[in-house]
Amino acid sequence: MFDWFAQIGKSAIDFWARLGGEVLLFLQTVMAFSKIIFRPGLIIQQLFSIGVRSMLIIIVSGFFVGMVLGLQGYNTLIDFGAEESLGVMVALSLVRELGPVVTALLFAGRAGSALTAEIGLMKATEQLSGLEMMAVNPVERILAPRLFAGIISMPLLAAMFSAVGVFGGYLVGVDLLGVDTGAYWSQMQARVDFDQDIVQGVIKSVVFGVVTTWIAVYEGYTCLPTSEGVSRSTTRTVVYSALAVLGLDFLLTALML
Amino acid sequence: MQATDKTLVRIRDLHFSRGHSKIFNGIDIDIPKGKITAIMGPSGTGKTTLLKLIGGQLKPQQGTIYFHGENIPTMKTKKLYEVRKKMGMLFQSGALLTDMSVFDNIAFPLREHTELPEVMIRDLVLMKLQAVGLRGARHLNPSQLSGGMARRVAFARAIALDPEMVMFDEPFTGQDPISMGVLVQLIRSMNEALELTSVIVSHDIEETMAIADKVYVISQGKIVGHGSPEEMSQSNSPWISQFVHGEADGPVPFHYQASSFKDDIFSGEYVD
Repeated sequence: MFDWFAQIGKSAIDFWARLGGEVLLFLQTVMAFSKIIFRPGLIIQQLFSIGVRSMLIIIVSGFFVGMVLGLQGYNTLIDFGAEESLGVMVALSLVRELGPVVTALLFAGRAGSALTAEIGLMKATEQLSGLEMMAVNPVERILAPRLFAGIISMPLLAAMFSAVGVFGGYLVGVDLLGVDTGAYWSQMQARVDFDQDIVQGVIKSVVFGVVTTWIAVYEGYTCLPTSEGVSRSTTRTVVYSALAVLGLDFLLTALML
Repeated sequence: MQATDKTLVRIRDLHFSRGHSKIFNGIDIDIPKGKITAIMGPSGTGKTTLLKLIGGQLKPQQGTIYFHGENIPTMKTKKLYEVRKKMGMLFQSGALLTDMSVFDNIAFPLREHTELPEVMIRDLVLMKLQAVGLRGARHLNPSQLSGGMARRVAFARAIALDPEMVMFDEPFTGQDPISMGVLVQLIRSMNEALELTSVIVSHDIEETMAIADKVYVISQGKIVGHGSPEEMSQSNSPWISQFVHGEADGPVPFHYQASSFKDDIFSGEYVD
């Protein structure tokens, strides 16, 4: 009977201790930003491997999503004779929702899983321990530049996704289905608001950038240093990131609308 | 106080346990300055853990570890990182950074901790590489190195900042006779040339005994004996003699703890 109580107490204490540890590690990493901004080389290297290397998948996906939006949007709007509004529909869906969300999901799959596996393997091969013994703090040298680069990369990738998507919608809507070019662009220009729509999208993508990169970095840093541990952590990164992004998207939308 | 001056690391009453298993149960070790101290014992006795405790990567539940008269377990992180610059550690796997060449690996601690110009870093790195005989391998990646070469590169990296003490974690495990010979000779000669204090954790008796000045034997969380290699090989303590002569059964039993064989066989319990 008392064992049962003790077990509940123990798991509660463990939970809070783990949460506290996570928050402390996050704060330490963020504090380390003040040191790494003086070492742009480290950040540029990570921007390349996290951001630039994710560009291809983001651009190709953005293009297809934009084309699908063009097709679906046209078919629905034409029933109401409103196909001239296709540009607004495509742009708003991309800038406010699909841009940040789909980019974050792809980013977690492409860059997040790679980050977890990289850091996890560094741990399994004692490289992180080695850094510590060389008096180099792995939080500053490994975690901070990666988190920083992820936070910068995400909004830029989301912007690319939306821009390419708008172009994809244009190709299908205007060139293929015959929506008026002027209407496509001018309605978009008139109805997409900078403060409302674009800023909301940017805020979302920054938040998703922090969350997905942090999950990836944290899972790598705390994984079990075995092959199974690394593989589990990599899976967890993708699953947790996807859930966090979709959940937060609802919250952020509700707050900002 | 003469003795204190000659001791670089002084460990007293060290207790450490992981979960329910006790790894160290009150051990005392003195590591003399400028000498090679070997810490030996069967696998699983926490020899690597001991090095991590000295390096401050783990904290003991009880006891003190004085390095230069300062207690490592109670040190603030910043101070600990300062102290680690005076220690080098050679991991069993080498722990080289895999995304850098051999040259950059050795230059890494210099670039992180000094403001030296690249020209000087180049000279220093080449000197260290020459000392371990791998100047020609500077452009290789860690994945292109053999196990023995990786350990020599790791050794060069460990001495890059000219530390006072280098800790070797199982330096001879899994080496062919030639690289074993190279490593044995390197550790001895570097110890003399650089006036290093070396700590070797190992269970390769012959090689370690050949170069050590002082030997500690750990078993089941206790120091079961210490002294010079000669004293150890002549010791009549059953613990030490079992370890030094590699006997299968003795104070460290051949059988893992279990109930009596007869009871177990006739218990009829199914294994799933």
